[in-house]
Amino acid sequence: MTYPTLYAICGVVLFGIGFYGTVFCRHLIRKVMAVNLMGAGVFLVMIALAARTPSGAPDPIPHAMVLTGIVVAVSATALMLALIRRLHHQTGLTELPDQMEH
Amino acid sequence: MDAEWAMTGLIMVPLAAAIVVYVTATRFVAAWGVAVAMLQTGLTFSLTRSILQSGPVQVPLGGWEAPLGIPLYADGISALMLIMTTLVGVTSTCYAAAYFSSLQRDPRRSSSQPSIQTFWPLWLILWSALNALFLSADVFNLYVTLELITISAVALIGLAGKAQALVAAIRYLFAALMGSLFYLLGVALLYSTYGTVSWHLLAETVQPDVLTWCAASLMIIGLLLKTALFPLHFWLPAAHANAPAPVSGLLSGLVLKASFFVILRLWFYVFHPVMPASAGWMLSVLGSAAILWGSIQAIRQQRVKLMIAYSTVAQVGYLFLVFGLACEPMGMLAWRGAAYLAFAHASAKAAAFMVAGSLMYMVGSDHLDRWEGIGRREPKLIFTLALAGVSLMGLPPSAGFIAKWLLLNAAIGHGRWEVAAVIVLGGLLAAVYVFRIIGVSLSSAVPMPEVAPVPRMMRWAPLVLAMAVIVGGIVTTEPIRLLEIGAPPIAAREVAP
Amino acid sequence: MTIGGVLIAALVGIVSYAIWTLPAQSAGLADAAAAELERSGVSNPVTSVLLNYRAYDTLLEVTVLWLAVLAAMVLVGGWSTGVGQISETQNPVLRGLVRLLTPLMILVSGYLLWVGGHAPGGAFQAGAVLGSAGVLLLLAGVDWTRKVPPWGERVLLTMGLTTFMVVGLGDMLLEGVFLEYPPAYAKWLILIIEAPSGLSIAAALIALFLGGRLRCRHIMSEQMSDEGVS
Repeated sequence: MTYPTLYAICGVVLFGIGFYGTVFCRHLIRKVMAVNLMGAGVFLVMIALAARTPSGAPDPIPHAMVLTGIVVAVSATALMLALIRRLHHQTGLTELPDQMEH
Repeated sequence: MDAEWAMTGLIMVPLAAAIVVYVTATRFVAAWGVAVAMLQTGLTFSLTRSILQSGPVQVPLGGWEAPLGIPLYADGISALMLIMTTLVGVTSTCYAAAYFSSLQRDPRRSSSQPSIQTFWPLWLILWSALNALFLSADVFNLYVTLELITISAVALIGLAGKAQALVAAIRYLFAALMGSLFYLLGVALLYSTYGTVSWHLLAETVQPDVLTWCAASLMIIGLLLKTALFPLHFWLPAAHANAPAPVSGLLSGLVLKASFFVILRLWFYVFHPVMPASAGWMLSVLGSAAILWGSIQAIRQQRVKLMIAYSTVAQVGYLFLVFGLACEPMGMLAWRGAAYLAFAHASAKAAAFMVAGSLMYMVGSDHLDRWEGIGRREPKLIFTLALAGVSLMGLPPSAGFIAKWLLLNAAIGHGRWEVAAVIVLGGLLAAVYVFRIIGVSLSSAVPMPEVAPVPRMMRWAPLVLAMAVIVGGIVTTEPIRLLEIGAPPIAAREVAP
Repeated sequence: MTIGGVLIAALVGIVSYAIWTLPAQSAGLADAAAAELERSGVSNPVTSVLLNYRAYDTLLEVTVLWLAVLAAMVLVGGWSTGVGQISETQNPVLRGLVRLLTPLMILVSGYLLWVGGHAPGGAFQAGAVLGSAGVLLLLAGVDWTRKVPPWGERVLLTMGLTTFMVVGLGDMLLEGVFLEYPPAYAKWLILIIEAPSGLSIAAALIALFLGGRLRCRHIMSEQMSDEGVS
């Protein structure tokens, strides 16, 4: 196994942990962190696999994509936090209610 | 040259207008919205004409061809989706202009003054992102546009401000972000295998190996979550039902179609040769389940907006029947049917949600028992709802009928009687919930209810949209011809013996 | 929950196996990008992708950031929900640190913007450093946002995107395609886009910190003033 593959598999594992957390954690802030972990996992996969060039100089396209992805992740995180903050301010909830009351 | 300006304009005009209305904080914000709507109509028309005349158009943005650059690409199905976006977008813009200005004038309702101003930049960005998605020829660029759409859609739900809407928005946001990240992981795998993110180039080089299969599954699962295919629809009803009146129609009509369009693109243009037929069949089974489950849930609801939202779950199911039917020789019929159904459902569902929004505005609630007898006071709105219902049920003459007829023919042509039965049964179940609303609202058992006045535009905008659905059931040669331009390779399979 | 965990583990296993099957070496688009580097106007390959080959993605990404600010403004809307309150600190260490760091951070941010053309750096890095300088000042209780007029807030948040679009449309008039820089001017056009983008990114990050607005409420917290007395 080469180093890039090892790191990429680590990325997939992070993605899985994040996915588990997003689905099963109850507290909303934990969910936010879990989504970010999923994102970090994907970014690690992209960066790791970009290092497989024969010349050794990494492929710049995935790097640029990860930069774009990070900005998108920051924006999405800000939106999640804003929603959670508003919900908490309005109702005091820190978890989503169990029952799907419409 | 014209087509290039039209494509760039379709993306940049709403974005530029969003900046202008935000920076100048103008009072005439609705006028800007209407101006954008007019421009978009012209640009869509010009692009469609150019595609009809000279086939698919490709614009290498920045002067860089794929794989290095990001091209914009428009073929028949993108044009149909753009027409759908423009139609729903223009009517929603007029509806929203009337809705928000009436909210502002009404002292009892103007609790959310600042958010009214913010509706416009959010909606204009959403419009720009939808057009960008339908014109994208790059799977990573599609990810960025999907995120733009998600974030603006969630913020638009949040405009409602009630706790229920916030809970729904949070649930939707988490589902949509998970979906995006699944999609992005798939993109990462594809790029590391094939060294390109242009779907044209991927289509040429894609191989049936475990990596491609993995990437395709991740991307499609992510998009299914965003398109709310049963059983991943858990977030949809609350999110769509609790959004503000002009927003619900946009969400059900357009936002869902965006992720569905990406699935359609990937499946038929990229992964079709390497996907096993059973995978497509599985999607069709889920689609059938969605039709039955969504329709039954819709019948059980007491709130009209929830009913319409569950109806969306069912209609999304119809869209997915194509994946099972397109694997076999009648594929082209099913493909046309699904594409046309996306258009038909967008218009009909947006009209239905607008009617529900208007009536809710008048009565102050969307509980069905509060709507008793309202149809005698507002016959035009109930007539509009009935027209939209005709398309949802799949009765002639409507675009929904043409689309479902094509799907039904494909199902029968393949000898898939069970699918044909589900298509017909779904139409009957749709009739139950549509007639339930109409029956209650026309009830003469109660005295005519007192209602708040509603702006004229909130009656006309949905009617125009519903008429368009009917026209789409009568004038069908042009759209079908449009769908043949740049149709996926299953077209060739149909003519082959 | 356990079943879910097992399913997710299976997913991780399958995807990991798929990655395992990848060839050990792959050039991707590195060679194609390097071959065009001459014409891109910059010598840092990542910047050439971000602001030339795939500049359209970057334009949409700048839009996403602004969109997040709009969304936060709708949802949180500043002080009423308790976001965006700052209090002045008497803590001499923090004040001294901020006084020392702020000019340095502004300088570093300018450097990162310039150096992005040929080495790691660029508008996003510059914007992030500048934004954290702004947040640091707010944390130390220096309310510089009072000096920003309401229209200035809106202009700051959108100037990057506006410049991007104006340059793109200008290219379209000259070269016929959106964002196609004339090669001779590519370097300067990229810098013209990056500078206001960096400012907009910084403003957006600060606005997100303050709940969607470049406004905050100055409060005297009791704890802090007690500290000052002692």
